[in-house]
Amino acid sequence: MIDKVRSHLSQNEALLFERSSPGKIGYQLPELDVPAVDAAEALGAENVRAEIEGFPEVSEVEAIRHFTRLSTWNYAIDHGMYPLGSCTMKYNPRINELVARTEALAWAHPYAPESLAQGSMEVMARVEAVLAEITGMDAVTLQPAAGAHGELTGILLIRALLEKKGNPRKKILIPDSAHGTNPATAAIAGYAVQNIKSSATGLLDVGALERIVDQDVAALMVTNPNTLGVFEENIMRVAEILHKKGAMLYMDGANMNALVGMARPGDFGVDVLHLNLHKTFSTPHGGGGPGAGPVAVKKAFEPFLPAPRLKRAARKLVWDYKRKHSIGRVKAFYGNFGVLVRALAYILAHGGPGLRNATMDAVLNAVYIRKRLEPYFDLPYSSPNMHEVVFSDDRQAKLGVRTGDLAKRLIDYGFHPYTVSFPLIVHGALMIEPTETESKVEIDQFIQAMISIAKEVESDPQMVKGAPYNTRTSKVDEVAAARKPVLRWKPPL
Amino acid sequence: MRYLPKSDSERRQMLEVCGASSPEELFAHLPEAARLHRPLDLAPGISEYEIVEYFRARAAENANGYACFLGAGVYNHYRPVLVDAVVSRGEFLTAYTPYQAEISQGTLTQIFEFQTMICQLTGMEVANASMYDGSTAVPEAAMMAVRATGKGRVLVAKSVHPEYREVLRTYAKHQGMPVDEFGYLADAGTIDLEDLEQKMDGLTGAVIVQSPNFFGIVDQVKAAAQIAHKNGALLVVVFTEAVSLGLLEPAAEADIVAGELQSFAISPSYGGPYAGIIATKEKFIRQMPGRLVGQTTDSRGNRAFCLTLATREQHIRREKATSNICTNQALIALMATVYMTVYGRRGLRELAQQNLAKAHYLAGRLTPRFSGKFFNEFVARVEGKSPEDLNKALLKRKIIGGLPLGRFYPELADSVLLCATEMSRRADMDAVGQVMGVPAIAAAEVLA
Repeated sequence: MIDKVRSHLSQNEALLFERSSPGKIGYQLPELDVPAVDAAEALGAENVRAEIEGFPEVSEVEAIRHFTRLSTWNYAIDHGMYPLGSCTMKYNPRINELVARTEALAWAHPYAPESLAQGSMEVMARVEAVLAEITGMDAVTLQPAAGAHGELTGILLIRALLEKKGNPRKKILIPDSAHGTNPATAAIAGYAVQNIKSSATGLLDVGALERIVDQDVAALMVTNPNTLGVFEENIMRVAEILHKKGAMLYMDGANMNALVGMARPGDFGVDVLHLNLHKTFSTPHGGGGPGAGPVAVKKAFEPFLPAPRLKRAARKLVWDYKRKHSIGRVKAFYGNFGVLVRALAYILAHGGPGLRNATMDAVLNAVYIRKRLEPYFDLPYSSPNMHEVVFSDDRQAKLGVRTGDLAKRLIDYGFHPYTVSFPLIVHGALMIEPTETESKVEIDQFIQAMISIAKEVESDPQMVKGAPYNTRTSKVDEVAAARKPVLRWKPPL
Repeated sequence: MRYLPKSDSERRQMLEVCGASSPEELFAHLPEAARLHRPLDLAPGISEYEIVEYFRARAAENANGYACFLGAGVYNHYRPVLVDAVVSRGEFLTAYTPYQAEISQGTLTQIFEFQTMICQLTGMEVANASMYDGSTAVPEAAMMAVRATGKGRVLVAKSVHPEYREVLRTYAKHQGMPVDEFGYLADAGTIDLEDLEQKMDGLTGAVIVQSPNFFGIVDQVKAAAQIAHKNGALLVVVFTEAVSLGLLEPAAEADIVAGELQSFAISPSYGGPYAGIIATKEKFIRQMPGRLVGQTTDSRGNRAFCLTLATREQHIRREKATSNICTNQALIALMATVYMTVYGRRGLRELAQQNLAKAHYLAGRLTPRFSGKFFNEFVARVEGKSPEDLNKALLKRKIIGGLPLGRFYPELADSVLLCATEMSRRADMDAVGQVMGVPAIAAAEVLA
């Protein structure tokens, strides 16, 4: 039975361009307090454009209705559980939004004199310090804009250190369970990628690793807990194998929500890792960004971090640009400051003990879901899971229903789907990450929905395959979209 | 704790189902040596009010009540209130990337509108759903041009934002993508076409210019395009001041446009988050990085949108992807979309005209260094003192002056880059003129 949702009316809404009519405006500028300038004269007539063809012309009222109506077509954490595995869709505290808009922080120009930017710099110094403590690492750069950007920064740091030692080496090892950004990053950093197969238990195969690691290997990129939600129990041995051959251990911190306050990558042998502040530290995903991807490193990598670096000189903070070993800049200015503010607000709200409690609740929720759903879905790997759990559609596939179909049916029950078909090492994966910010009621409803769908598969598999039924937009034809791409609106002929 | 929605009795019930007697037990499988056996060295959690106080105290250590004439890639424009009203809606703020199209039509429709407006603005045929920012869009555009032409060398103008060029070098270094620079004319401040022509060769896949360039000057895009195309390279045109596109003819000759949208309602926020764009011609779509939204239909035949052409992207192609980029800047792109909607066809032009007027008023009180035509920023020579001393004098009058250029251009060590926008007040601009030593009488003439 579907008891979490029932349908309600939603407004139709045309595209802005279809709503426009000539002469409507949604703005008013102040009177110009200086003489007007003739654009053709100031810029050269050949450089001045006509009004922008097709650009919207709507009133303020129509503008707010337009975007409000659109917004109601989205599902969001504010509606309910969003159990996307590896995405850590947790509640986004509103205080974070408020403080990020504090005027003298939000409107600080990055080239403002340092004497008038001490507040912003102090926030950044504090973020660096708390992230170093949480990860057990020695230094942190806040410059990278997102997770994949942090990965690139991290791999460039490893390359720089190895180069300094005389040989940047040739390849990066990546487990077959890794996120797609890992191999793409290695390629951009100029490395060949060697994929390594997971063991029968879904973990790094230590024996295989020992055979593979040689003088050509720059690093292993590992996600821990891995994308099955399982802690790499041999991680310290893995680090040892790599270090013995002069290779480095890179950790993708996408799954740090399982570890904060309980275990620190710096303590289990990691040399370089990136964090996703938009996952672990609650900054909003915003429909796909912005994020922030700080990179934390061990001491040996510190000289290579992107310039500039924050430095305390006397009682002031300054930007240190004289970093001759730096890998260079990965982004203009200093990082996604507005995201850092939000993450710090979150860390301050929880405090040290609170972060640990959050981690315990995140793992409790995932283990609870596993226990309750195990009778209904195939669990391909039985190792103890942490913050997420991965089932396969093995049982349902026998009746012709795949993970993607189950996911779409879950929408009818009022939930956002779990992550579909990832990690790649599980055929037909259902990857579920509840996070700590779901109540027992919400989780029980989710479990009920999953059980109900499992039963529907047995009684009426065709029905499940046609889902969703209760959404304002029914199943979207993604194949047609790719076959004949229409990527912008054009006026009707 | 207010973010943890469970009572202790609920936790106990759940632990029982898990067969554990305490939450710590769920971590028992972690190797002992890998675990943290002490509390994190962080203060206990604090209340909402204390958090507000903390950030207010930090804000008080920043500039408060100053007029600011800094531009240089980050611009001080008014943000219409509608922008915050829209992005504060939880449906936009707290949604994930719209992979599940049926329950993400809000975000998808808006990105489709964004892509359309970016095309209209830039004169390009397709635009992606946004990049991290302008500085990272540039190397992505360069990599794209290299893929499309099969030629690895990149030629970038010195008048492209210096920090963008630094980012380009970082990305290029290990991809067999040599980056060389060409100069600008000492009098006009526009690119040195002869230098470009001379440095051009058959191995160059991308020529990168910025317009308005870092000095605020409308640059020679057409001429650069001719030289690039004659030699089989693509032209990448960069912009940092999106408001200029309200008035300036878009670079139709460009093959790729890479830009920064910070001007569109995005607060300077000490350097980010912003949103970059890449727009291009249809024939280069498959080489394009980043997410794309396309139009299709749902099973009932209604218009619908979804992410598309994902075969370019890392989660499908892994090491063979066009880029490692995953995140876009959806929420920031939404802010820009609302901004473009509020100002619209007329407003963006009027806004650009105000910027033009203000900057030319300010320039009238100073000594512009270059003769090239400029939009809302320009380089001024400082006479009789160093730019740093000038800025100190301005700070005393609660004015943050322009950016001293010596840090990026030793040959311009006597100059500052100043920007005026619709936010610049006449009285403050007069004060800048006075402190820089232009006689007040000259100001009076312009007033008349």
